[in-house]
Amino acid sequence: MRFAVAASPHVAPTNSVSRIMQQVLLALIPGAFAMLWFFGAGILINAVLAVATALAAEALALTLRRRPLKPYLTDYSAVVTALLLALSLPALSPWWMTVTGVAFAILIAKHLYGGLGYNPFNPAMVGYVVLLISFPKHMTSWLPPSGLSDVSLGLTGAWDIIFHGQYPAGVDADAVAMATPLDTMKTQLGMGRSVSDIWTDNRFGVLAGRGWQWAALGYLAGGVWMLKRKVIDWRIPFGFLGGLLAISLFFFLMDPAHHPYPTLHLFGGATMLGAFFIATDPVTAATTVTGRLVYGALIGMLVYIIRTWGGYPDGVAFSVLLMNVAAPMINYYTRPRTYGHKP
Amino acid sequence: MLGLFWEFHGGVRLNRHKELSSEQPLAVAPIPKQLIYPLQQRGGRNAEPLVAVGDTVLKGQVIAQDSHPLSAPIHAASSGVVTAIESRAIPHPSGLDDVCIVIDTDGEDRAVRFRSLKDFRRSKVPTLRQRIQDAGIVGMGGAAFPTSAKLNTGGRAIDLLVLNGAECEPYITCDDCLLRSWPERVLGGAAILMRVIGVERCIVAVEADMPEAAKALEAVRIRDGYEHVEIVKVPSKYPTGGEKQLIQVLTGREVPVRGIPADVGVVCQNVGTAAAVYAAVTEGKPLIERIVTVTGPGIAQPQNVLARIGTPIAELTAFCGGYTPQAQRLVMGGPMMGLALPSDELPVIKSTNCILVADLAAMGGEKQPMPCIRCGACAEACPVNLVPQQLYWHSRTDQLKKAQNYNLFDCIECGCCDYVCPSQIPLVQYFRAAKGRILAKQGEQRKAEHARLRFEARQNRKEQEKREKAEAMARKKAALEQAQAAAAATASAPTDKEQS
Ligand code: SF4
Ligand code: SF4
Repeated sequence: MRFAVAASPHVAPTNSVSRIMQQVLLALIPGAFAMLWFFGAGILINAVLAVATALAAEALALTLRRRPLKPYLTDYSAVVTALLLALSLPALSPWWMTVTGVAFAILIAKHLYGGLGYNPFNPAMVGYVVLLISFPKHMTSWLPPSGLSDVSLGLTGAWDIIFHGQYPAGVDADAVAMATPLDTMKTQLGMGRSVSDIWTDNRFGVLAGRGWQWAALGYLAGGVWMLKRKVIDWRIPFGFLGGLLAISLFFFLMDPAHHPYPTLHLFGGATMLGAFFIATDPVTAATTVTGRLVYGALIGMLVYIIRTWGGYPDGVAFSVLLMNVAAPMINYYTRPRTYGHKP
Repeated sequence: MLGLFWEFHGGVRLNRHKELSSEQPLAVAPIPKQLIYPLQQRGGRNAEPLVAVGDTVLKGQVIAQDSHPLSAPIHAASSGVVTAIESRAIPHPSGLDDVCIVIDTDGEDRAVRFRSLKDFRRSKVPTLRQRIQDAGIVGMGGAAFPTSAKLNTGGRAIDLLVLNGAECEPYITCDDCLLRSWPERVLGGAAILMRVIGVERCIVAVEADMPEAAKALEAVRIRDGYEHVEIVKVPSKYPTGGEKQLIQVLTGREVPVRGIPADVGVVCQNVGTAAAVYAAVTEGKPLIERIVTVTGPGIAQPQNVLARIGTPIAELTAFCGGYTPQAQRLVMGGPMMGLALPSDELPVIKSTNCILVADLAAMGGEKQPMPCIRCGACAEACPVNLVPQQLYWHSRTDQLKKAQNYNLFDCIECGCCDYVCPSQIPLVQYFRAAKGRILAKQGEQRKAEHARLRFEARQNRKEQEKREKAEAMARKKAALEQAQAAAAATASAPTDKEQS
């Protein structure tokens, strides 16, 4: 009898790119729900809009590049990019901003470099930074978390603002916009107030900003779940959070009046989303075992530096992109010692 | 028995599928109608046939021999007539045909007289070595390295013999079966090998999920007083049965790159090899049969079979009830490192531990490779601590120098990286191809170098000849001139005198 031959190993694969991405999407759910809860239906609209744009852009790019659509559209990588970006945007960002950011992320940051696996920069963060630089005002005006304002927009209210820029009767743009807790902390510190004084503001909760801290806990939960399922490696988030904790604790202990509690850094802003979902993007992160720890730790420290001394209240996107540049070098210098070779 | 182990980096846990074959008793295959012996030995050289077409041969008779130290003689596994010495398909990764000796058996199984050695404990070590060499024993775990060569440790200090019974590939249970059926042969072989190498300590390693094998060994160990042998259960992780990995797990020692286990004081042999050594020494029996696991969903009755080396696989699978409709791929060896064969007309060879038949889906036939997403799963799984992702990148873009800088040649082709890759990239295939290209290039370079040297030598020789000729001429001329001068001098001697 004759048989067809093939190269070893002769075993069915255990994993796939789409399976990994699906698990990332699942892990995003608790954090995304917290965002939805505290910042309203705009989050949902952003997410749907972003995913639709991402799939369309991906399909367009694949068609132009004469690549098969199905395997790449169903790898869910575009969906992950879209959601990460959507969850980083203010809840009431106008629709064209979301579309621009996502399209830029997919078409330029991903496909211009060769598509899945070849992009040197995290596409979602490229999209985010492009928007941040182009439309700084829109990007920093967040809704107050629910419970802090009397305005309740609902789905139609959010829809009207996002798509038509129309505010409901009696509500104007300033009433729905509010600085983020990190922003508040930074400005107020600049005005000479002390941390404990600023913290009396009712926009702060136990760990960090109200609402924000719950989203952070949600992302943390999703991240821990991914660690347990081995979707991501522990080294990048551990390095990230460890680096951030170390540096923020150091300055806090040096001068507690002028440096916020480390919890604000850990549970505020995009820290948890960044540590578990953004910095861990395999394509753009360092890949060696030691390299990942270093990569994570450096991002964590950069986040603190940008937040404290930089021009932006949050530094996760910039830090990740900066370290994307350094990843190949980190890989090179942290190559493992091959079995049998001298150290 | 389960103590502390040194971990090796990476490795994977696999579905073992061992119950398919391990629950059946050892069966003995009948004499096949035909026996086929490829002359291709491990590495380049072919063995030299000692028989001709038409010759009658006996069981145990040497039919091919080679003076090369890295080869072993081949013996007929039953009596019959040599009907062909011709090129045929052989079980070899190259996929090329090679010369085989074909014997049509006569069913009488007449044998040469085997000379048994009553008490090996009193035999001289060189005698024992010679017996192992003459019996044609090679490593039976799959590598087929001649055992006598491996026992030659070049004067290195050895303190440990390891018998490898850690069958880490899925499906394969022939070592397990051997240990349960004939533990006394394995321990007897251990004693012989210890004497040959001159060590006081031996570890027989079995996997944690081979409790019966461990029990059987332990019983014989106590009964027959093998005090210097330890039975150790190692964790069931792939590839714990790899020689270097096993040594690391048991001793924490790391074989240096381009080194051999003897460099760290260890000699490692497969348990099947030890049993073959025992038979060769005590019964004078050459290596003409072995236990083969015939298994997989493509086989009607999976089981372990004592089969003659040279048996066509088709006869073996027929003995095991034939194929099921799932039979779509035929693999010699395990699923991780085994070789897919194009046909079941190929024979069982000395290193054939398993014949695995399964359907394509179970064997990863439908892989849809995606681009590498640099997830690093491959590096985490690599037992040699390579960065397969980089190797892939450089192999794919034909940057062979860089691939070598990333230690491509340390890859043992275990398939762990391939197995865990979410992008389902056939990594090992790339590595094998890259190695092949590098070796081919080196071969060409060597050839070119050789040609250059030859050319230069000829050039030198020519010049030398020219020079010699010229010198000879010069000498002749000088001699002539001298002679002339002398003649002239005698003729004009008076003038000379005058002058003075
Ligand atoms: S496992 Fe596959 S996808 Fe991941 S880094 Fe290795 S080669 Fe790339
Ligand atoms: S096949 Fe080679 S590179 Fe892949 S895991 Fe095994 S040794 Fe490492």
